[in-house]
Amino acid sequence: MTKSLIACHECDLIHRVQPLPDGGAARCVRCDALLYYQKKDSLDRTLSLTIAGLVLFIVANTFPFLAMKSGGLVRETTLITGVKGLYLQEMEALALLVFLTTILVPLVQIAGMLYVLVPLKVSRVPRNLALVFRFIRSLQPWAMMEVFMIGILVSMVKLGKMAKIVPGLALFSFVVMIFVLAGSAASLDPRIVWDRLGES
Amino acid sequence: MNDTSMTAAGASLLSCHSCNLLSKMSGSHGHAHALCPRCGAPLHQRKSNSLTRTWALIIAAAIFYIPANVLPITVVTSLGKTQPDTIMSGVIYFVQTGMWPIALVIFIASVFVPLVKLFLLTFLLISVQRKWKWRPKDRTRLYRITEVVGRWSMVDIFVVTILVALVKLGGLATIDAGPAANYFAAVVVTTMFAAMSFDPRLIWDVME
Repeated sequence: MTKSLIACHECDLIHRVQPLPDGGAARCVRCDALLYYQKKDSLDRTLSLTIAGLVLFIVANTFPFLAMKSGGLVRETTLITGVKGLYLQEMEALALLVFLTTILVPLVQIAGMLYVLVPLKVSRVPRNLALVFRFIRSLQPWAMMEVFMIGILVSMVKLGKMAKIVPGLALFSFVVMIFVLAGSAASLDPRIVWDRLGES
Repeated sequence: MNDTSMTAAGASLLSCHSCNLLSKMSGSHGHAHALCPRCGAPLHQRKSNSLTRTWALIIAAAIFYIPANVLPITVVTSLGKTQPDTIMSGVIYFVQTGMWPIALVIFIASVFVPLVKLFLLTFLLISVQRKWKWRPKDRTRLYRITEVVGRWSMVDIFVVTILVALVKLGGLATIDAGPAANYFAAVVVTTMFAAMSFDPRLIWDVME
């Protein structure tokens, strides 16, 4: 009944929803917040980038991430080594936070997106679509891979003087994954999911 | 764009936070336990107890901010010597060794951003409580800044994690996380929740 209207989520002003060209975005006339946008081939692009993200995620979590060489000593680590280190130091809460923001949340988001998009691609509506989609969207602020990347750069510079830091395959995979998942998020028009719900 | 010059609240409509569907307000209690008819999310006209929650969270964050900056965030053990480092002493070390860009990144992410977030949210809360009509658009913009920058404060936590992982060279050198790491993580998380619990539509409610 009121599908043709949208309220700004930042100032509550009502706007009439109008068709947009591909790549177009509608902003609130009063406070300039982003209201909605139109993406080209949203479902196909988001789905393919998410699948690529899953492959990169697996590589990033299984192969060596960073190694440090100092004199004759070599220490090789994977993505989860730091989490384990914090846990062993009895900083469980901190270990959990790092685990959530760099590993678990990205994984749940990838899995959730596939759960939602694969059935939609073959014109089916998965069970609990609204619940799953709402949940993975609410996780968005807690996926911090790009912040972790800055942390890696800072650490490399910091340790650069006392040792040689060797990036591993997982690190490259992690960097590509950040861009792929950002692309996947950017090509998603949430209306393709919500509109499907309205039909069923 | 077609502006109907009316707010959802003014038209007795509820806007869904997650799928944006507008639905009619039903029942005598307004919006107590209403669910979105399309996606099932709980509907609220405004985020519930927005001001109280945001105040509570920023006060908690301000308290955590003190031990986060006073206590050591890393403890380096090298050849039997232990050296604790605070966030600021880390920044000073980078400045002294000429690594300005890194010093700047850490200072902005760990010291400046959390403070700015606390001040901006406090300012926004006071402006809403005092029913100011001053520049609502700019205040909404300030709110957007607090929402976007918060996560970047996690940089220092991640640096500590990576150092803890890498620097385990037996007696030669070991880095452990210090107690400030916990408090600092608490600052980041509580300020993120504070930004999420603030409702920018409260800025505009007095404009009607």
